[in-house]
Amino acid sequence: MTDLATAPPTLRVQARPAGFLVDLLSVAQRAVRQIPREPSSVIPALIVPIFFYVLNIGALSKVTGAAAHIDFKSFELPVAVVFAVTGVSRASSLVTDIQNGYFDRLTITPVRRLPLLLGLMMADLALVMALAVPVLLVGLGLGVHFRTGVPGMALFVVLSGIWGLVFTGLPYAIALKTGNPGAVNASFVLFFPITFLSTTFVPKAALEGWLRTVATYNPMTYILAGLRALVSQPWSVSTATSVGDAVLAVGAFGLVSISLALLALRGRVRRP
Amino acid sequence: MDSLAIVTEDIARQFGDYWAVDGVDLSIASGEIYGFLGPNGAGKSTLVRMLCTLLRPSRGRGFVAGHDVARQPELVRLQIGVALQDAALDDRQTGRELLDLQARLYGLRRDVRLARVAQVLTLVDIGTAIDRQINTYSGGMKRRLDLAAALIHDPQILFLDEPTTGLDPESRAAVWTEVRSLQHQRGTTIFLTTQYLEEADELADRVGIISRGRLVAEGTPDALKRTVGTDVIVAKVAELPSSALDAVRAVAGVEEVVCRGDELMVHAGDGAAAMSPVALALHGSGATVKSLTLRTPTLDDVFLQLTGSHLQADEANTDGANTDGADNADATSHEPAAAGAGTPSPGGQP
Repeated sequence: MTDLATAPPTLRVQARPAGFLVDLLSVAQRAVRQIPREPSSVIPALIVPIFFYVLNIGALSKVTGAAAHIDFKSFELPVAVVFAVTGVSRASSLVTDIQNGYFDRLTITPVRRLPLLLGLMMADLALVMALAVPVLLVGLGLGVHFRTGVPGMALFVVLSGIWGLVFTGLPYAIALKTGNPGAVNASFVLFFPITFLSTTFVPKAALEGWLRTVATYNPMTYILAGLRALVSQPWSVSTATSVGDAVLAVGAFGLVSISLALLALRGRVRRP
Repeated sequence: MDSLAIVTEDIARQFGDYWAVDGVDLSIASGEIYGFLGPNGAGKSTLVRMLCTLLRPSRGRGFVAGHDVARQPELVRLQIGVALQDAALDDRQTGRELLDLQARLYGLRRDVRLARVAQVLTLVDIGTAIDRQINTYSGGMKRRLDLAAALIHDPQILFLDEPTTGLDPESRAAVWTEVRSLQHQRGTTIFLTTQYLEEADELADRVGIISRGRLVAEGTPDALKRTVGTDVIVAKVAELPSSALDAVRAVAGVEEVVCRGDELMVHAGDGAAAMSPVALALHGSGATVKSLTLRTPTLDDVFLQLTGSHLQADEANTDGANTDGADNADATSHEPAAAGAGTPSPGGQP
C-alpha cells in the first residue's frame, strides 16, 4: 500500500457545494448506471406487459372488440404501456442505501437534499420511457395504427413516462418513510386497484354499478382515455380534450404522490 | 478556539429514556490524533454521528472546525471526512465510480477530481479491482475504499469510527501507517474511535475513555497508564503454599499481591528489579511456578480500574475476528470487580 500523504502532489482541493444541477445529475447518473446492472428489476417490467398484451388480444379481442365495436389491439395498447411503466422505480435501491449506510454517507457530503430524490426520479423517467418504446413497437408490429401519427406517438410515450414517474412517488414515500424493503415491495399492491378498477378491458360505457363509479374517480380512466385518443382518433378538439384530461389526471395524482415523497424525504434527512 | 479542531461542551444524546452520550466535554487540537476508546455500546458512534451532523445533540454543544454542529451543519460537512463503523458503500458501483461521485458532490472540478481519484487510488491499493463492482471486494478492500472516499476532498478533520474492525492484521497495520502519515504530513486532525487497546495505544496522541456515555478518563496513553501506577508480574503456578503469598509480599518493592485461580498478580513499582526476588521467594516457599511474566500497565488496566470491567472480553476482538461493532449493545459486562483482580489484558504488552 502506497502512502497517500507521500503520493505526488496534486491540484489544490477546495471542497464546496457542487450546486443543485451537479448534485441532480450526479445522483441521476449513478442511478442510471445501476439499471443495466440489475436486469432482474427491468426485464419482468418489459416481458410481463407484452405477454399480457398478446394474451389479452388473443383471448378477448373477438368478444370484447366485437361487443364494444372497438379495435381491441389499439384499445389495449395503452394498458400494456401503462403496465410497463407503472411501479418501476429505484425505491428498492434507495432502501438498500438507507440500510447499508450509503444514504448517510451521501448526506454527510454537501449535497442538497432534494436531488437525492429527484436524481433517482430522473433515472426512473428515462427508464420508463425506454420501457414504453418496445411495448409500443410490439403494438405497431401487431398492426396498431396511430391516427395522430408520429407526433401522437411521441406524446403517447411522454405521457406514459410522466405517469410512470408520478407513480414512483408512492414507493419512494414508503421507502423514505420506512426504510423497509418489504414495505416497498408491498407498495406494488397499489398498482392493482389503480389499474384494474378502471377502463382497463372495456370502455367506460360498458361498466356498470360500483365499478363504473370507482372508474369515474380513478385517474387511470382519464389517462387511458387520453392515450387511447392518441391511438384511435385523429387530431381534433375531442382528442385534445382527452389528452388534456389525462394530463390533469396525471398532475393531480402526481401532486399527491410527489408531495408524499417530498414529505418523506424531509423526514428522512431531518436530523433526528 | 482557532487551534482547536473539535470542541464539545456537555454534549449529550438521549434515545427514549437512555442517554447514549451523557455530557461529554472534549477539546481536540488541530493536527491531533484523538483515540476514543470504549466497549461496544459505550457511546462512541453516537458521539461521532453527532459531530458528523448525522444526529442532533439532545443537550450541550459541539464545534467542528469552528462551526456549530447543530446550527452550521453545512459548514461542518465541508471540513470533515467520515468513515463510519460499517463501510458505507454502494455495491453496484465500481470503486472508481464511487470515488468520482463522492468527489463531484464535494464540488471538485473534473481535473481535480481525476487527479484526486488517482491519488487516493494509491491508498486503496486494490489494483484493477478499482474498476470492478464493489460487491466483488473483500471486507478489507471495502474498508480501504471507504477510507479513500472519506479522504477524496482532502478534509481538515477525519472521523474514523472503528476503522480497522474486521480487518486482517496486515490491512490494519496499513491503515495505521496511513493514519500516521495523514497526521504528520498533512496535519489532518483525526478522531478515531476504537475498541482495540493497541490501536489507541499505537496511534493516539491522547486517548479518551468512554464508559456508559461518559468520559471517564483522558490523557496521553503513557499518562493514563501511569495512573495505574505499577508494573505487574504475573506468575502462573501449579502449587501455591499459603506461605508463598507472605513470602512474595515481603519482597522489597512489591506493593500488592493478588491471587486469582492459578495466577498470582504481583504489583511492583519497578517490575524488572522485583522479578528475580519474586521468583526466588516463590521458589523458596515451595511454590511450583509454570511461568513468570512481566508486563507494564495497559489501557485495559486503566479501564478496569476506572470502570471495574475489562474493555475487551476476549482475544478475538484484537485480531479483527469480531466484526460486530454495533454501538447499541453493551458487549462488556460492568459488574464491579476489584482492580488488579482480573485476568491479564489480551491487548496488554509483555
